[in-house]
Amino acid sequence: MRPFVYRRATDAQGAVATFEAAPHAMYLGGGTNLVDLMRLGVASPDLLVDVTGLPYDQVEETPGGGLRIGAAVRNSDLAADAAVRRSYPVLSQALLAGASGQLRNLATVGGNLLQRTRCPYFQDVSKPCNKRDPGSGCPAREGEHHNLAIFGHSASCVATHPSDMAVAMAALGAVVHVEGPGGPRRIGMPGLHRLPGDTPERDTVLEPGELIVAVELPALPYAARSRYRKVRERASFAFAVVAVAAALDVADGVVRDCRVALGGVAHVPWRAELLETTLRGAPATRESFVVAAEAEFAQARPLRDNAYKVPLARNVIVGVLEELL
Amino acid sequence: MEAIEIVLTVNGDERRLAVDTRASLLDVLRERLGLTGAKKGCDHGQCGACTVLLDGRRVNSCLALAVAHQGAEVITVEGLADGDDLHPVQRAFIEEDGFQCGYCTPGQLCSAVGMLDELKQGWPSAVTGDDDDLGDEPSDDEIRERMNGNLCRCGAYAGILAAIKEASR
Repeated sequence: MRPFVYRRATDAQGAVATFEAAPHAMYLGGGTNLVDLMRLGVASPDLLVDVTGLPYDQVEETPGGGLRIGAAVRNSDLAADAAVRRSYPVLSQALLAGASGQLRNLATVGGNLLQRTRCPYFQDVSKPCNKRDPGSGCPAREGEHHNLAIFGHSASCVATHPSDMAVAMAALGAVVHVEGPGGPRRIGMPGLHRLPGDTPERDTVLEPGELIVAVELPALPYAARSRYRKVRERASFAFAVVAVAAALDVADGVVRDCRVALGGVAHVPWRAELLETTLRGAPATRESFVVAAEAEFAQARPLRDNAYKVPLARNVIVGVLEELL
Repeated sequence: MEAIEIVLTVNGDERRLAVDTRASLLDVLRERLGLTGAKKGCDHGQCGACTVLLDGRRVNSCLALAVAHQGAEVITVEGLADGDDLHPVQRAFIEEDGFQCGYCTPGQLCSAVGMLDELKQGWPSAVTGDDDDLGDEPSDDEIRERMNGNLCRCGAYAGILAAIKEASR
């Protein structure tokens, strides 16, 4: 690991100022991804600004009936939070579907959102990778990509975003609160993450020095019935092949509203907007779910070895929506 | 190289030392404090052999930078027993043959202790049903899911499962 300077911040303004004073600073949350990437040689900051001591470790109800989750809240605390389990079970389930008990005890909300892809080429410094080393090429496109993207990929990158938590937050329309050199701003999910285009080195729309301080979940009463289902290559402690976060609002046999987001299929947590539009106002039946899912997957562009994800994801979506009836 | 002075309370003893910013908590425990119970298995947070209790919670000490845990209270496998009296989880591992080569065992033990405490606090897992009472003896599926971060290459899982079940009573 390359040497670096460590500084512990006590407030957001101080963290941002410290960050800006170094050429290659990074913020440190729980470290479960970043420390590993530093050890692998994928990340080599000259300064780590530890933001786990900032006063953002609470989950609070908002006046509008939603929740404000501090960026330093640990994944295990968020998954066990009574208000989250009651009003947004999809979020608790997504968190518990990810990683291990030990990792969830360290990992923070902000860090979870900003974790990097587990594409094997990105994590191996002996291989080219446009995300790690812009312009070096993407071996995944013709190589090992059976678990990579089917939506929104580009000639330069076919990586997927690895977070489960972010998929649930994208479905719930979470709003990310950011502090930074240009002042505070809010970013609605799924808009935090970006498609790779020809700049896959950028995972998100955050500018250098910007720091996530909170994630706000808007009130969404029908999310009290919501669900996360994850398919992976082993029963536990693995990244998603396909994951589905869904909430369904049905009245008189008709879908009034719905939220569906997918994990393991794109460079971003993929909000299935075409599916949602197709399903709103339709009869709440298996047939409608199939039609809506197929509308979404009409825009899929699977690679040589991952076309299996299309029927798999469609079937998981239909199954989850049927469970929510 | 930058070194920073930190204080850790390790198994009840206050330890003050200057550490390289790059040092993991695992390296500090093993190389600086002579506590070689926690093991370096994968060094990537995937195997769980380095599991210790950090401020009462189980964590992968290989991914925790020591400088980021100034003032923390750490319990390693060496600190589980009360003098010559083994921790109930340690006794159950012996009783139920919860190991073969023993390399993963310190991590399994610390993880099991942390996990049983999480159960006691009512934390759900991915396999917990809406109507499950976590005050009951945990099911095999609950224990397996909650111990997913600890690998055993000898495959002593049957004994580990029995031991944790025994210790949970």
